[in-house]
Amino acid sequence: MTATAEIRPAGRVGRPERHQRYSEKSKRNRRRLTIIFLLLPGLLWLALFFVLPIVTLAMMSVSTGNVGQGWSVVGDLSSYQQAFSGYLPEFLHSLEFGVASTVLALLIAYPAAYWIAFYGGEKKTAYILVVLLPFYVSSLIRTISWQFVLADNGVIFGPLRRLGLLPSNFHVLATPVAVVGGLTYAQLPFMMLPIFAALERVDPGFLEASRDLYASRWETVRRIVVPLSMPGIFAGVLLTFISATGDYVNEILLGGTGTGVVGAVIRSQFLVNLDYPLASAISLVLMVALLIVVLAYSKALGTDDLMGGAAV
Amino acid sequence: MKTASAVVPGGESTLPSKATSKFKRPDMLHIYTLLVMAFLLLPISAMVLFGFNNTRGRFNLQWQGFTLRWYRDVFAIGQLTGALKVSLFISVLVMLTATIMGTLMAVAIQRYRFFGKGIINAVLVMNISSSSVVIGSSLLSLFVAANVALGQFTIFAAQVMFSIPYAVITIRARLAVLDPVTEEAAADLGATPLKTFFTITLPQLAPGIFGAALLTFALSIDDYVITSFVSGTTLTFPLWVYGSTREGTPPQVNVIGTLIFMIGLLVAIGSGVVRERRNRRRLAVLSAN
Repeated sequence: MTATAEIRPAGRVGRPERHQRYSEKSKRNRRRLTIIFLLLPGLLWLALFFVLPIVTLAMMSVSTGNVGQGWSVVGDLSSYQQAFSGYLPEFLHSLEFGVASTVLALLIAYPAAYWIAFYGGEKKTAYILVVLLPFYVSSLIRTISWQFVLADNGVIFGPLRRLGLLPSNFHVLATPVAVVGGLTYAQLPFMMLPIFAALERVDPGFLEASRDLYASRWETVRRIVVPLSMPGIFAGVLLTFISATGDYVNEILLGGTGTGVVGAVIRSQFLVNLDYPLASAISLVLMVALLIVVLAYSKALGTDDLMGGAAV
Repeated sequence: MKTASAVVPGGESTLPSKATSKFKRPDMLHIYTLLVMAFLLLPISAMVLFGFNNTRGRFNLQWQGFTLRWYRDVFAIGQLTGALKVSLFISVLVMLTATIMGTLMAVAIQRYRFFGKGIINAVLVMNISSSSVVIGSSLLSLFVAANVALGQFTIFAAQVMFSIPYAVITIRARLAVLDPVTEEAAADLGATPLKTFFTITLPQLAPGIFGAALLTFALSIDDYVITSFVSGTTLTFPLWVYGSTREGTPPQVNVIGTLIFMIGLLVAIGSGVVRERRNRRRLAVLSAN
């Protein structure tokens, strides 16, 4: 801010007049040029490496051919048929894991974010720093660390097993529980931060008013705090649901047989089987399915400025 | 505050003033919050701890005593060190490119009205809310269809692409709280738009740009899913780590993870301290006036 105070009055008295020499039209042209200069690099990059690839993906999904001979777009829809008939269980697993981990992350995150926002006091910054700490560790290493923690003879279950407190067929690793747990953990900071930011903006005066009107603590939370923090919940749920549903790293590292997810199918079709048309079709179905869920969800909860919600 | 609580019958406040919450009943929510914090720290602690584990087998899963061996031999695995170098190189380039492009876009979106802004915003939102696996697979299908050789350039292209929207968000948040009055004043005093940008806007934006740079660097060096689709035979740090899970991840990975964690933490705390100091100075200036 101090920099702003330093606008020199400057002895260049001639400048303002020179400024006025520009006609309205050339001013408008300059403005247009400025906007183009500002937008062009980023937009070009996004057009080339975000929009164009999705168009290619759509074209690839209706193509036939193979790696050796190349592909030709023939409008063949058999890949979609195969995607639906062959991989429905994986789609459903992804959806289950996505929904379960998002709900769990919301239920775990909300009370903590609430406490930090309203009762954190002087230590608020320290709590938020702890919430941010997972971001400083590679997400892959965090997931691998859960392998240590949840392994049958790892740091928690190993000692318990040796003490005879666990039945011999007790496993967490390689089960859906471990997958959902890993996903929930990974989503927790992404859920907590927007909710915390929204709660911080809630005027404590509302809470006092509610109390003055004889509302219990629970009633105040239900009828004042939660509705006012809706933008944060919206942003948190959206971000976590999408990344949890598409995720396969947690499934591959923490899951076992029978936990297959659609992300892992896309990966292996693309990178191992090299069946690009089928892989593209599955990928596109996932994208459209997520898009429908997200649009329905935004319509139901109605927050038009997602960028604003995510910015905080 | 005082008048408000006086209205409540019995004068008992449900919002804990410090004294009541500390002594009358232990705040269950406080304990709960601490448990959540412990949960957040659990795998991080495991990572740090097992970097000191004196393991002998291939699998670093059981505690076998304390050692500093892995810190001494941190760069002993040539391939891992190579992958780390590739990651650092690409991430620095991604950070610079995405931050510059993001800053320019943010200024245009936040400061100007123009046709097509809605579409640009929609593209940015779509980008952030797309699943990584979809983005990765679509990039691969493009590169395959266009016969682009996979390697460091394709990784760079992909990472810049998914970093731009985050840079835009961070910088826009900063621009939104800046007062455009100073910029207008500069223009009124005859400064060209370019001069205004460099002497007025940019210095005020610095914290936002710093934040965007940190964020894009972190996103880039951490990315596994999208990078795995477009890497070809190039290995980055996360790709190497993922590959190592089959045969047992060596403790060096924990050590490198711990070191990156420490550096990130120092930067975060350092910038927090700087911000705090600046705020205090600003407050002092304001109260002096």
